[in-house]
Amino acid sequence: MSTTDTFGGPLKEEGVYIADRGHGPSAMGDDLHRFFNLTLTLATTEFKLRYFGSVLGYFWSLMKPVLFFGVLYVVWSVVFKLGKGVPHYPAYLLTAVMLWTFFVEATSNSVQCLLAREGLLRKMRFPRMVIPLSVALVALFNLGMNFIAVFVFAVASGVTPRASWLELPLLIALLATLAVGTGMLLSVLYVRFRDIQPIWEIVSQILFYGSPVIWTAYVLAKEHLHLLRFAMCSPIAAILTQMGHAFVDPSLGSASDYIGGAARLLIPLAIIALVFGIGLWFFNREAPRIAENI
Amino acid sequence: MTTSTERLERRSEPVASQPEDKSGQRRPSAVSVANVSKAFQLPHQQYHTLKERTLHPFRSRTFDVLQAVDHVSCEIEEGEFFGIVGRNGSGKSTLLKCIAGIYGIDAGGLRVRGRLSPFIELGVGFNTDLTARDNVMINAIMLGLTRRQARERFDAIIEFAELKEFLDLKLKNYSSGMHVRLAFAVAIQVDAEILLIDEVLAVGDAAFQQKCFDEFHRLKKAGRTIVFVTHDMSSVQRFCDRAMLLDKGRMVELGDPAMIARRYNELNFGRAVHQVDEEPDRPDGSRPNIREADIVDAWFEDVAGERIASVAHGDPCCACMEVHFNEALIDPIFGVTLRNEVGHTVFATTTALDHGPTGDFRAGENTIVRMRFENWLTASRYNLTPSIALNGRGDNAIDLREDVATLVVHGGHFTGGVANFPHGFEVEHT
Repeated sequence: MSTTDTFGGPLKEEGVYIADRGHGPSAMGDDLHRFFNLTLTLATTEFKLRYFGSVLGYFWSLMKPVLFFGVLYVVWSVVFKLGKGVPHYPAYLLTAVMLWTFFVEATSNSVQCLLAREGLLRKMRFPRMVIPLSVALVALFNLGMNFIAVFVFAVASGVTPRASWLELPLLIALLATLAVGTGMLLSVLYVRFRDIQPIWEIVSQILFYGSPVIWTAYVLAKEHLHLLRFAMCSPIAAILTQMGHAFVDPSLGSASDYIGGAARLLIPLAIIALVFGIGLWFFNREAPRIAENI
Repeated sequence: MTTSTERLERRSEPVASQPEDKSGQRRPSAVSVANVSKAFQLPHQQYHTLKERTLHPFRSRTFDVLQAVDHVSCEIEEGEFFGIVGRNGSGKSTLLKCIAGIYGIDAGGLRVRGRLSPFIELGVGFNTDLTARDNVMINAIMLGLTRRQARERFDAIIEFAELKEFLDLKLKNYSSGMHVRLAFAVAIQVDAEILLIDEVLAVGDAAFQQKCFDEFHRLKKAGRTIVFVTHDMSSVQRFCDRAMLLDKGRMVELGDPAMIARRYNELNFGRAVHQVDEEPDRPDGSRPNIREADIVDAWFEDVAGERIASVAHGDPCCACMEVHFNEALIDPIFGVTLRNEVGHTVFATTTALDHGPTGDFRAGENTIVRMRFENWLTASRYNLTPSIALNGRGDNAIDLREDVATLVVHGGHFTGGVANFPHGFEVEHT
């Protein structure tokens, strides 16, 4: 065992922790490098656990959204003919299901994430926001893995790769911002109110049917254009619709077509910013007391 | 100095006396605690659901305030081994968590200079579904190492924990001892400048404990600051440069470990005395609560029953106490502790261990208790601490008198040991 000081050296002034009324355990910490390092480490170990914890790790985590897609497809497309006349409906449905799965996974796993890491929270000083952020990051990794299947399926079913596919990362980033904001809010709310869990389950059910996952803006626009304009204010609806236009088939129509002008897209964008802002503010406010309230 | 430190310096709140080294110059302090307070709100009715809160928005939300840490100030200097002692619930662990940055504080100021590694509640927050390897890496990064530094320290951590064979085992398959050992190894091996340790004595077996204490010495030599929370007075006296005694969140005393240990015992065993002050009159007119028994005298005597101040090595003698009973007691436990000049406990026993039931005692009775022992102590000065406790596990003390009688042992060979028991050598060619 070495007795030499590997990296201690003289005390650096940046290593000073100061607390007084209003300053204490923080959400972000003051060392961004450590913050990202920590988030990445937590997320990758969690991800590895998921994929290498069982023999068919990847298979199982792909199976869930794929089976969900299968059921939805059979019920809504084959039985109720909801996708009739919609170009590349199966590809749209699968992609929408994957994106929706990402959002639900990121948010619903956030609900209990602070409680699940209670041991760390009560024993260590680290930026508290690392925890909900790593949950979202794991969901993002999963989305990446699932998109391999999406690309294969889309190309196999006749969708041609286009330059507009490059819009996908931006759309996913917007969805992730929304998910992180919601996740931060839910995670600290759960510390106070334990019924956030069932409440969020119900809310996400409502969001699911209110978003164009099984239905499409393409079909709704023919009869209920005003209702659709209203629905497009939901960031999830706008993101999924734009995804259909950019990724699946240009004839599906873009979000700005349905909401009535690109300027109105500021509404869903503002909602994303608002949710993220509120989540960040609330998490920051509660961060110093998480360890004692949990 | 950064602006944030200046903000703290400007505080006009009084700060506890600064430690000074021999040249009269202040060494830089690693941890500054200035008038820190921390309270917990304990609600009478716990609303844990949003539904309840919405259904009863006007139901009063009263709560008790538990003042866990109450205006505590101290300066812990760089390279110091600092003890925080106190009874259960005295706020010592809460203070440690405030220093560690786990709890926020309500008032006062706190400044910690340097990377800090906490070892609190016997763990560092492992995930039991992960292997030891993953957990160690996560924790090392949490404690402020980079990925590369964590990999560099990895072998030392595993070697210290003696868990090389179990590296890729999930932690849920670890025994609790292995778990704690790994956690302690991480905390101690990440090369933090400040180490916060809460109740280390529950860690591992005797051999591992010894290793930890050796490691403390090494860290101390390397100039690391160690803040040590415990209620074991012997380890405080053995390791700490200074110590602080807390009671009900307030600082009672700050200073020399031996003095703190004495004050701690007084505080612990003086409970009965304090009760007299606190309840002067009872509504039912009964007598105020006084000590059930008092130790009125203590001395050493030889086998002939003569009181002695010194004895030759090898001569049997008795440690004695006289007890006055204020109330009738059944089977109280008498205890005897012998300490040498440097304050090490060399011998301790109670009637519960060696004698069994002691019988019934009437109120007003005086009793003499003698503990006869073969004097295998080496030449030195020994102090007697007699005690009496209620029947039970022996922790319900009635009276204890620190170091009230002295015995000087002379003669015998000077061996350097504290005891010299009868022995014999055999040397055999094989």
